Amino acid sequence: MRALHPGQPWPPTRTDRLFRMLIWSFAAGLLVLCALILWVLVSHSWPALQRFGPSFLWQTTWDPVAEQFGALPFIYGTLLTAAIALAVSVPLSLGAAIFLAELAPTWLRTPFSFVIELLAAIPSIIYGLWGLFVLVPLLKPVQAFLIEHCSWIPLFRGSPYGTGNLAAGLILAIMITPIITAISRDVILAVPRAIREAAYALGATRWETIRGPVLHYGRAGILGAVLLALGRALGETMAVTMVIGNSTKISASLFDPGYTMASLLANEFTEAVGETYVSVLLEIGLILFVLTIVVNALARLLLWKVTRDAGEAMKE
Amino acid sequence: MVSEYLEQPTEGTPAEVTGSAQPTVIECRSAWVKYGDNPAVKDVTLDFPAKQVTSLIGPSGCGKSTLLRSFNRMNDFIPGIKIEGQILYHGRDLYGREVDPVEVRRRIGMVFQKPNPFPKSIFQNIVWGPMINGLAPRSGRKAWQQELVQRCLEGAALWDEVKDRLHESGLSLSGGQQQRLCIARALAMDPEVILMDEPCSALDPRSTLRIEDLIDELRTRFTIIIVTHNMQQAARVSDLTAFLYEGNLVEHGPTQKIFTNPDQKQTEEYITGRFG
Ligand SMILES: Nc1ncnc2c1ncn2[C@@H]1O[C@H](COP(=O)(O)OP(=O)(O)OP(=O)(O)O)[C@@H](O)[C@H]1O
Ligand SMILES: [Mg+2]
Repeated sequence: MRALHPGQPWPPTRTDRLFRMLIWSFAAGLLVLCALILWVLVSHSWPALQRFGPSFLWQTTWDPVAEQFGALPFIYGTLLTAAIALAVSVPLSLGAAIFLAELAPTWLRTPFSFVIELLAAIPSIIYGLWGLFVLVPLLKPVQAFLIEHCSWIPLFRGSPYGTGNLAAGLILAIMITPIITAISRDVILAVPRAIREAAYALGATRWETIRGPVLHYGRAGILGAVLLALGRALGETMAVTMVIGNSTKISASLFDPGYTMASLLANEFTEAVGETYVSVLLEIGLILFVLTIVVNALARLLLWKVTRDAGEAMKE
Repeated sequence: MVSEYLEQPTEGTPAEVTGSAQPTVIECRSAWVKYGDNPAVKDVTLDFPAKQVTSLIGPSGCGKSTLLRSFNRMNDFIPGIKIEGQILYHGRDLYGREVDPVEVRRRIGMVFQKPNPFPKSIFQNIVWGPMINGLAPRSGRKAWQQELVQRCLEGAALWDEVKDRLHESGLSLSGGQQQRLCIARALAMDPEVILMDEPCSALDPRSTLRIEDLIDELRTRFTIIIVTHNMQQAARVSDLTAFLYEGNLVEHGPTQKIFTNPDQKQTEEYITGRFG
């Protein structure tokens, strides 16, 4: 036994030191990896960055033959489809999570949860095929109806192709729903019994308890689930490419074809010829990377503000 | 209407065992509470008179919490729970078909063993219950809330300590303060009965004394039923004491008598610390 002196830190043993070094190197490895990705993206897109400057971000022409490039249609498409996906998926997933955690009869919970976790594991190409063969034909009559009766809303104009921004957003919604549902269910289940009992003891109904203290307690976790899903929606490639229609024109209509950054890369990278073209595509990759980081940072900020406003110590 | 059903005043049977002149609020008649097939409370017949503090004592696992939680139907959430016999509230069966458990819990409040404030502000902790239950007036809501918060915090002897930090989290308080916040939160519903399940077991002696003083102040306005493992506490705060052992009611009577001259040998042995 070594003597302990008051005020001195506990002397680390050799295994302690080894362990600490190991952990540090893993953590550092992650940072280095991130930095390397950034460096590769920046260095390879350098020619494009120099040639087009910041206006690349808001130019809308995309003509590789004339070497005219603008990123806006793809940024727009990426954000629009992700927004559709979240708008559809968040209420759906929360409902499903509440049902699974609170309302479903016990015998239904396990199989239901299993199916949902299975959905999260389906490869995206399968979702894409399903979208093309099932969702798109289903959307056509709906779109035709909306165009006929609601075309005074700019969202519902164009032609009923089936494919387009809406189809892509819906496919994304279906893909991220299992993620949000599974995590939110776990978050809701992890709300301590004491919190629920406190609410019930004040004469709250089951629904008031869920809507109030339970969701409030779990809000940080649920927000985390939504973010994870958003990350996936922003970066999803295959399924979106198959149903979005791949048009470089910006349109306010949900029914018109569009394009996302990820699907642009998937489609054009292999055929890109010439240094400018390749480096432009890498700059698109860089923008996607930065966009993801910014979204995450914003979300962290939101999370921090939400928890701080409640004066609640972060328990993680 | 369920609320009318619960509201109608009825003559309570005078508590014979206790000799108390107060009408009975809660009354168990051969009550059994079973988890599946395991009885945790067996054939308990017991009266709780109005505006009195009754303590439930007994060794761990003897069914005190189970019994207490069946008074505000908190056991309803446990799968497989069965209540037999009768538990009456003002002479009416708490488990009758027409009774809404939510309504029951508005009238019979509860304070738990571990302080469990919501992770919200002190202010929000207190107003949430009355707000969801629609007790707030349509106009002048803000002033009404402020008045409510002050009244309840004063009632729970917490106002002076927190009046400048009402919008800080309830979790930023000490354990004893949190427990008093939970009492204040229960007071906000203006219940008739307050159930307390070992409210001091997570607290230090000073906070314990404060809660006991508080119970002493509340006794004139509320009917209080308190579970405790602390014999001195039972002796200090309660008018009546019921001793449970393995789900059975062994003895019940004025605290004074139970602690000085119990009828049953078992009671004496438990109180003097020879078993349990
Ligand atoms: N949810 C439950 N499911 C099954 N059995 C339970 C449940 N809760 C309690 N019991 C059983 O019921 C009996 C009484 O438990 P209860 O919690 O009422 O005791 P208690 O007197 O409050 O004990 P303590 O002083 O330790 O809190 C115990 O035997 C316990 O194992
Ligand atoms: Mg107990």
